[in-house]
Amino acid sequence: MGAEMVPVEHVLVLAGLLFVIGLFGLMLRRNIIFMLMALEVMLNSAALAFIAAGARWGQADGQVIFMFILAIAAAEVSVGLGLVLQMRRQLQSLDMNDAVRLRG
Amino acid sequence: MTLTLFLFYLAAAIALSSTVLALTRANAAHALIFLIVSLLAIAVLFFFLGAPFAAALEIVIYAGAIMVLFVFVVMMLNLSEGSREQERAMLDFSNWWLPGLLTAVLLVELLYVLTAIESETSVRAVMPKEVGLSLFGPYVLGVELASMLLLAGLVGAYHLGHRFLQRDRGRRD
Amino acid sequence: MEILLTAVPLLPLASAAALLLYGRHMGQSLVTGLGVGSIGLAALTVLAIALQWQDATGPVTVLLWQWFSIGNFSVDLALRLDQLSLIWLCTITGIGFLIHLYSSEYMGNDDNYSRYFAYLNLFVAAMLLLVLGDSMLLLFLGWEGVGLCSYLLIGFWYGDSANGAAARKAFVVTRAGDAAMALGLFLLVAEFNTLNIQEVILAASASWQSGEPLATLACLLIFTGAVGKSAQLPLQTWLPDAMAGPTPVSALIHAATMVTAGIYLVARLNGLFVLAPDVLFGIAAVGVATALMAACAALAQHDIKRILAYSTISQLGYMFLALGVQAWDAGVFHMMTHAFFKALLFLAAGAVIECLHHEQDIRKMGGLRTHLPVPFWSFLIGSAALAALPATAGFASKDLILLRAWEVTGSGIWLWSVAAIAAMITALYSFKLVFVVFFGELKTEATHQPGWRMALPLTLLCGLSIVGGWISLPLAEVLPLAANDPAHGTIAIVSAAIPIVGVALAYFLFFGGQLNVTGLVESSAGRWTAQYWLRGWGMDRLYDRLLVQPYASLAQWWRGEPMDRVVALIMGSAVAIHEQLSASQSGRLGRYVAVLSAGLIVMLTLMLLRATP
Repeated sequence: MGAEMVPVEHVLVLAGLLFVIGLFGLMLRRNIIFMLMALEVMLNSAALAFIAAGARWGQADGQVIFMFILAIAAAEVSVGLGLVLQMRRQLQSLDMNDAVRLRG
Repeated sequence: MTLTLFLFYLAAAIALSSTVLALTRANAAHALIFLIVSLLAIAVLFFFLGAPFAAALEIVIYAGAIMVLFVFVVMMLNLSEGSREQERAMLDFSNWWLPGLLTAVLLVELLYVLTAIESETSVRAVMPKEVGLSLFGPYVLGVELASMLLLAGLVGAYHLGHRFLQRDRGRRD
Repeated sequence: MEILLTAVPLLPLASAAALLLYGRHMGQSLVTGLGVGSIGLAALTVLAIALQWQDATGPVTVLLWQWFSIGNFSVDLALRLDQLSLIWLCTITGIGFLIHLYSSEYMGNDDNYSRYFAYLNLFVAAMLLLVLGDSMLLLFLGWEGVGLCSYLLIGFWYGDSANGAAARKAFVVTRAGDAAMALGLFLLVAEFNTLNIQEVILAASASWQSGEPLATLACLLIFTGAVGKSAQLPLQTWLPDAMAGPTPVSALIHAATMVTAGIYLVARLNGLFVLAPDVLFGIAAVGVATALMAACAALAQHDIKRILAYSTISQLGYMFLALGVQAWDAGVFHMMTHAFFKALLFLAAGAVIECLHHEQDIRKMGGLRTHLPVPFWSFLIGSAALAALPATAGFASKDLILLRAWEVTGSGIWLWSVAAIAAMITALYSFKLVFVVFFGELKTEATHQPGWRMALPLTLLCGLSIVGGWISLPLAEVLPLAANDPAHGTIAIVSAAIPIVGVALAYFLFFGGQLNVTGLVESSAGRWTAQYWLRGWGMDRLYDRLLVQPYASLAQWWRGEPMDRVVALIMGSAVAIHEQLSASQSGRLGRYVAVLSAGLIVMLTLMLLRATP
């Protein structure tokens, strides 16, 4: 594309909205799969903010950080889903309220 | 309003709405599909922001690998039906008033911060070549670290999933 | 002379030390020899001093050593002999010797014979130090010493906890007086930087005017000490209970010597007290009030020793009355005669008690005149002296006090009237005692007669109670002249007649039965009054309610360890906080995320508030 008149702050607002929605979902849902999904949403919103910043300043750094975020998300998801499998195996449930042994 | 701008806002709207829908479904498979739609919409946004490489990566890796991983697990654990109690728990006001309050406050503050800057400056498209040069240049250390992180994730995922697949055939871990 | 003077307190002290350390290993005769002999030797030494001193002029001071010196304040351990202390020396050692002799028979069968004599000798030593002290600090040392020995001897038979309680009561009540006295001493030190009696009196007369507030305060505090030790109002409650000790102890300590320490103190410091006329009037008022109150209480008692105890309190009141109206010589004279007849009465009472196998209630006694002749005559003569019948020693001294009191301008009539009423009641109860115990029908049999060691002191004291009135004391050089001449004329005759009236009243009430006041006594008012007087005008109960019970409940509350509870509170709050905090670790991920978000919001808000001024 070329130089476009896309308002960067609107993108940032969108990123903020997406982040907040992800946070809302994280707090609301009890199923761990949905909580991981909400985490992905939040990571994605952060990535969006970075890209917007890189576009505004015209630097490659934004996309580079985006790639790192991607790597982080991948690693996190793989380990997280492995934990989900273990949780299903040991607790026979994926409800977060059942996994409260680490308390008090 | 130019066409680009209109498409831009359309993509943003789709991203928002599908995210909201993704997180409020009872059926896990439905939720995942909505999430993938959201990611695709964000990829479009990346295009409009002059980051084609990032857009491609978003689709290929994020939507194409990470979300697929989610789908695999959901299918494996047979979660797609969802449950009546989950749906009811979601709709119950006493469950979502606190998250709603906290996120609303946070949103207000974020908006306050983010709209403080004044810039209608144009965006400049950054080509993949620039990105590549940057990766092999100043950020090469970060690349190495990211690869180690992925290695760690690989090992951890294998170890955690390995036990599950054993289906304890008499073997104690 | 110096050696003789030093030997006087030293002999009993050495004997006491020997008996305390080795008494248990000595035979009874050795203990008797040591205990009685040391006092006898001391008495002979005093006699020698008295004879030798006739030639010399002026007081004799023997400096033993310097006790201590702090900065520019120093106290010497010195003994000073003058006429005043000589009188006390004679009384203490003379009557002390007779009582020691009496004790050797009275306590002969007691298991703790040596301990008794050790304490008794220690007491005499302390009392001698008290009267010989050149410095008020040495006086105070003797003061505390006699207090200690009083405690030890009242609670001599400590197996019975009631005796221990009586001893404690005596100690605590006199302590209250001692504390005030110590404050008075501190005041004197602060003002004059010395505690030497002569120096203090000189400095005080030089720098203080009559009626000076500091003088009044110092004299008041010192007088409070005397009030405690001499059992005057309001600190008299300990003396009746002190009768729990052996009877010779009551005779020596609580009749003849220790309780007169207060008299000695005021008489010795007369130079100081004349600078505070208000305090002197207070002394007279307290004395005469105590005299009346104690006399009424004695009338209502049933225990023979308690009657004599209240009688002592009453007579001490007379002595203080004398000192208060500045009839110094009369007060000292009455002290001496009182020592004679009160010791006589106590020893005779002891003989009665012992021969009746430790019966002390007079309602169970009667008709002992023929069975116990020696105690009977002792009691008769002693009571006559106590009632101040003419031709007895008591008459000479008490009459002098009454007549001097009459002459005081303004309040003289009131003082005389109260003292006269008390005198009549004194005669009444003393002869009530005689008639009830020795006349009438026999109620308890006498098991044996008193031996020579009890009879001899009784006889000697009888003699002294009669002729003692003729002794003229050489007090002119050491005490100021009395403020007034004794009155003459009608009032003298009335004063002399009052005790006779009292005796007659006692005769008609208790002997002949001609006067019947049963109706008055048995009425509710009469019975209430009798109970009230029996309980010592309710003062014991007052002190109990006012001081003892609050203190006891405070001590009881303190047993719950309130300080521990304060510390435990700290511990408890730490534990409570811990429980609160650990409850927040619920293990619920959703809650953790919510808290995280809240924290994030708070931080953002703070940053925003800082950024936007």
